[in-house]
Amino acid sequence: MRGRLPWRAARLREVRVETATARTLVFEVPGWPGHLAGQHVDVRLTAGDGYTAQRSYSLAAPPDGELVALTVETVPDGEVSPYLTEVMEPGDLVEIRGPVGGWFVWRPASRAPVLLVGGGSGIVPLMAMIRERRRVGSRAPFRLVYSLRDPESRYYAEELRRPDPGLDVTYLYTRAAPDGVSRPAGRVTLADLAEGGWPTGFEADCYVCGPTGFVEAAADLLLALGHAPERVRTERFGPTGG
Amino acid sequence: MGIVSRGFQGRRRDDDDRLPPGQYLVEDFPVLSAGPTPRVPRERWEFTVGTEDGRTHRWTWDELMALPQETPTVDLHCVTKWSKLGTTWQGVSLDVLFEDVESAADHALVHSYGGYTTNLPVEDLLDGKAWIVHRFDGEELAPQHGGPARLLVPHLYLWKSAKWVRGIHLLDEDHPGFWETAGYHNYGDPWREQRYEGD
Ligand SMILES: Cc1cc2nc3c(=O)[nH]c(=O)nc-3n(C[C@H](O)[C@H](O)[C@H](O)COP(=O)(O)OP(=O)(O)OC[C@H]3O[C@@H](n4cnc5c(N)ncnc54)[C@H](O)[C@@H]3O)c2cc1C
Repeated sequence: MRGRLPWRAARLREVRVETATARTLVFEVPGWPGHLAGQHVDVRLTAGDGYTAQRSYSLAAPPDGELVALTVETVPDGEVSPYLTEVMEPGDLVEIRGPVGGWFVWRPASRAPVLLVGGGSGIVPLMAMIRERRRVGSRAPFRLVYSLRDPESRYYAEELRRPDPGLDVTYLYTRAAPDGVSRPAGRVTLADLAEGGWPTGFEADCYVCGPTGFVEAAADLLLALGHAPERVRTERFGPTGG
Repeated sequence: MGIVSRGFQGRRRDDDDRLPPGQYLVEDFPVLSAGPTPRVPRERWEFTVGTEDGRTHRWTWDELMALPQETPTVDLHCVTKWSKLGTTWQGVSLDVLFEDVESAADHALVHSYGGYTTNLPVEDLLDGKAWIVHRFDGEELAPQHGGPARLLVPHLYLWKSAKWVRGIHLLDEDHPGFWETAGYHNYGDPWREQRYEGD
């Protein structure tokens, strides 16, 4: 058995603006042991009087020495996310514990086709998988179906625009589609996943991540298309399950 | 005390002494599971208890409903940090189900429709500590929350309260389940913050 996962001091090194409400935070974490794409960390904030708050955040990038990247969406009225995205400045400290989670992960040795289905900030662990695929030079074919409100809420826009051989990206706009997109704005449908995904005979590994309602809907559609339940892995970011 | 984060004050003071360390209160009911939500019709549902010497006890849905029912009101603690206080359920105590089960086993491995598993000591299932529940807040239990029936073991983190429960194997040796083999703690006591392996 492994020892206790320690809390490590994490110093903010860089902040990248993803959208009006999302920031990528790159931390330096001395002693970081490395991680798999899809894993997450726990972040702990401590106030001057000792009060603490902890939340989980997916790792946004593959292992890179002692650097740990998270992408955080500001939840209005949230206790932790507005601190991370609006208050913290380079040089400031939080504590990080991880990596955690050995199920919602993509391993570079796998050659099976991969379908990534992300809603909103659910793109974060999927992007780590895309970046890991590129980092290791994997030829596993990837498809990403990314559901988002409007073009302005796209995370990693520049990077996803650049060609990445073997990766196909489909955007599903739920509120406002940009000019030139024929699919009417709306929630994910069976046709979206049939067209943007893999035929079930390809036995793709499917990773679905996002708000609960989105994950429920997308996972049900994948089953309806004939994907085997054991190939559909899900990660739900909350907040509500109704 | 941990390292202070400059300018962090914290919005909420969750001073409630029903809240274990590191948990925060929610009013809604978040959903977490590793895969798609299984949908199990009541006619096909059954619950089994298998003993260490190979005997199997079975209950159909109607048989479960015919057993004495309890309505525990309990606090829930999820390893992802949320807690929900004062939730009311309806179901059958495992003490009732285990009345005719002859076993000296110390370990239980719980199985779900959909393939999920989780382990816990048998003693954590008995003496009024665990139920097979099928109603939440007066309503039938929704599939996202484990309907038609789930295990409820409120004194441990919620991943031990297996959704879509289908049976319990009683074993002489401990056999870690799904999350327990994926880096989570083998026992999962929220009051001791046993989140991950080694905590
Ligand atoms: C495994 C895992 C990985 C995660 N990865 C990420 C990630 O990569 N990026 C990221 O931004 N978040 C991620 N989250 C969500 C994150 O942990 C927090 O829940 C989120 O940042 C809100 O925390 P808060 O303290 O700001 O809000 P809180 O103070 O907890 O909540 C304030 C209000 O907002 C609601 N709320 C809580 N969470 C959300 C939400 N996600 N969306 C909308 N409303 C919400 C609450 O119900 C409450 O009413 C992840 C969660 C899990 C379990």
